[in-house]
Amino acid sequence: MATLHPRGPKPSRLTAGQIGLYTFLILSALFFLLPLYTMLVTSLKSMEEIRQGRIFALPDIVDFNAWKTAWSGACMGTQCLGVRIGFWNSVKITVPAVAISVLIGAINGYALSFWRPRGSNLLFGLLMAGGLIPYQIFLYPLVRLLANLSLYNSVAGVVLVHVIFGLPLVTLLFRNYFVAIPEELCKAARVDGAGFWRIFIEIMLPMSVPMIVVASIFQFTGIWNDFLIGLVFAGRDNLPMTVQLNNIVNTTMGERAYNVNMAATILTAVVPLAIYFFSGRWFLRGVAAGAVKG
Amino acid sequence: MQAKRRRPLAATFALLPTWIAAIFVYIGTMVWSVRLSFTDSTIFPSSNYVGFAQYAKLFRTSRWLASLENVLIFGVLYVAGCLALGFVLAAALDRKVRFESVFRTIFLYPYAMSFVVTGLIWQWMLNPTFGIQATVRALGWQSFVFDWIVNRDMAIYTVVFAGVWQGAGLVMVIALSGMRGIGEEQWKAAQIDGIPVWRIYTSIILPQLGPALAASGMLLSMGVIKTYDLIVAQTGGGPGYSTEVPAKFIMDNLFERQNLGLASAGATVLVLSVVMAVAPFRYALAMRARRRGAH
Repeated sequence: MATLHPRGPKPSRLTAGQIGLYTFLILSALFFLLPLYTMLVTSLKSMEEIRQGRIFALPDIVDFNAWKTAWSGACMGTQCLGVRIGFWNSVKITVPAVAISVLIGAINGYALSFWRPRGSNLLFGLLMAGGLIPYQIFLYPLVRLLANLSLYNSVAGVVLVHVIFGLPLVTLLFRNYFVAIPEELCKAARVDGAGFWRIFIEIMLPMSVPMIVVASIFQFTGIWNDFLIGLVFAGRDNLPMTVQLNNIVNTTMGERAYNVNMAATILTAVVPLAIYFFSGRWFLRGVAAGAVKG
Repeated sequence: MQAKRRRPLAATFALLPTWIAAIFVYIGTMVWSVRLSFTDSTIFPSSNYVGFAQYAKLFRTSRWLASLENVLIFGVLYVAGCLALGFVLAAALDRKVRFESVFRTIFLYPYAMSFVVTGLIWQWMLNPTFGIQATVRALGWQSFVFDWIVNRDMAIYTVVFAGVWQGAGLVMVIALSGMRGIGEEQWKAAQIDGIPVWRIYTSIILPQLGPALAASGMLLSMGVIKTYDLIVAQTGGGPGYSTEVPAKFIMDNLFERQNLGLASAGATVLVLSVVMAVAPFRYALAMRARRRGAH
């Protein structure tokens, strides 16, 4: 790796500065990659090999057993069903939560930017303030509220909480997107006799596909990676993958199966990583959109 | 006339679910929690008001005080670390390097992963029996010690490592896009004046990225206050209380130790600290926007 020869257009010679630059970049890349590499090689080793303590060494014999165990046999307490339970729970939570929150975000953004009914500024201000407040202050009353609605410890309850806590960001994303669209478009449609919902479904929704993609990616990775809401609201049978993973790794009795733990960790990271790699620029746009929020 | 009146009705109706969420969840539950913080509630909520007793108790609780100190150390180093490393990485990538997109992908991927995963990865690497310490010892340096994660005085810094590893890429992306927005003319002018490249980055580019970096610093700071899963996964708050944070203190008191009143007082303090941190920033932004006549 160190013998990389940069052949950029302008500097034809390899200057000291260039060597320093690439050395820095390569060392940084190694720092960022090392944890992932370590997990991967650990997951492919047998426990015997792990006990020898060479954490960064390549496996002597590549062994996929840990992956199999992680998926379908790892234990959480006395239950040994693997992370696939949590995986499917996460799917059941994330898919509807993303769909509903993005739809509501689009409706909110559209109503707030083109129609501005009475109180819209107040509502928008409330949402933005709400988005900054630590969840801890909402949790206990929300647990009681959901218990009264018989939604506590259910997938529907977690989905509802994700939708509610996602409102500030999705609303902001869509409002900013629609604000940039000329108002005349909406006015012209109104002159033609189209109503609130028809304009939304026939004009605004098709126009906002790029923002729908960005918001969906943002929400999907965020909800998949959530720990707190799943832990508090899902109940034993519906724990999302992140919570199940932590329970498997941090509460095991006896010797820890590090290889299984690392395989399980990778399995939990795989979905957001896949989204990151395959959506590329869209993910970046989502990150940037989330970052300008402050 | 009639049609005109009906249109806003549909818009109002469309916002109804959000109104309900804002009023009942955002405001209602917050008021409820603040009220609980003035009662002697333990397992069950009680309506026995005790004034500021829970707050007094909170600030006499050594575990809470430790959590405040920890979140301060973690927060300052994490935000500063992410900003510094992110900016330097962006500046390096801005030098027309080859394989830029490969480097960019590598620096940002941790940001796509959850804090639980991040915490577990670093827990594994820093484990003294198997991790970095064991590896260096195996290379022959028998007395090498790197046991920060099990050391009371140092454990919090291992959480900073993990946090910076996870978040620096975000700052890099923001800084890099800001750098790409800066015109060639400035570069040419600075180079004609013979200013060294690093000085151009620190004295000319950095000030122009100020607002973007401030916004990402703000975002990271909000994350600091919410820090919970990273700690739970990586250290569980230990050894002792050496990596305890307020968010975790509140969660434990809410759901395990059944100290509703105390936990609510902690949550209220947390919210107040956010308000105090954000309000001046918001005010400055609003003032600047007004002066510029943007809004």
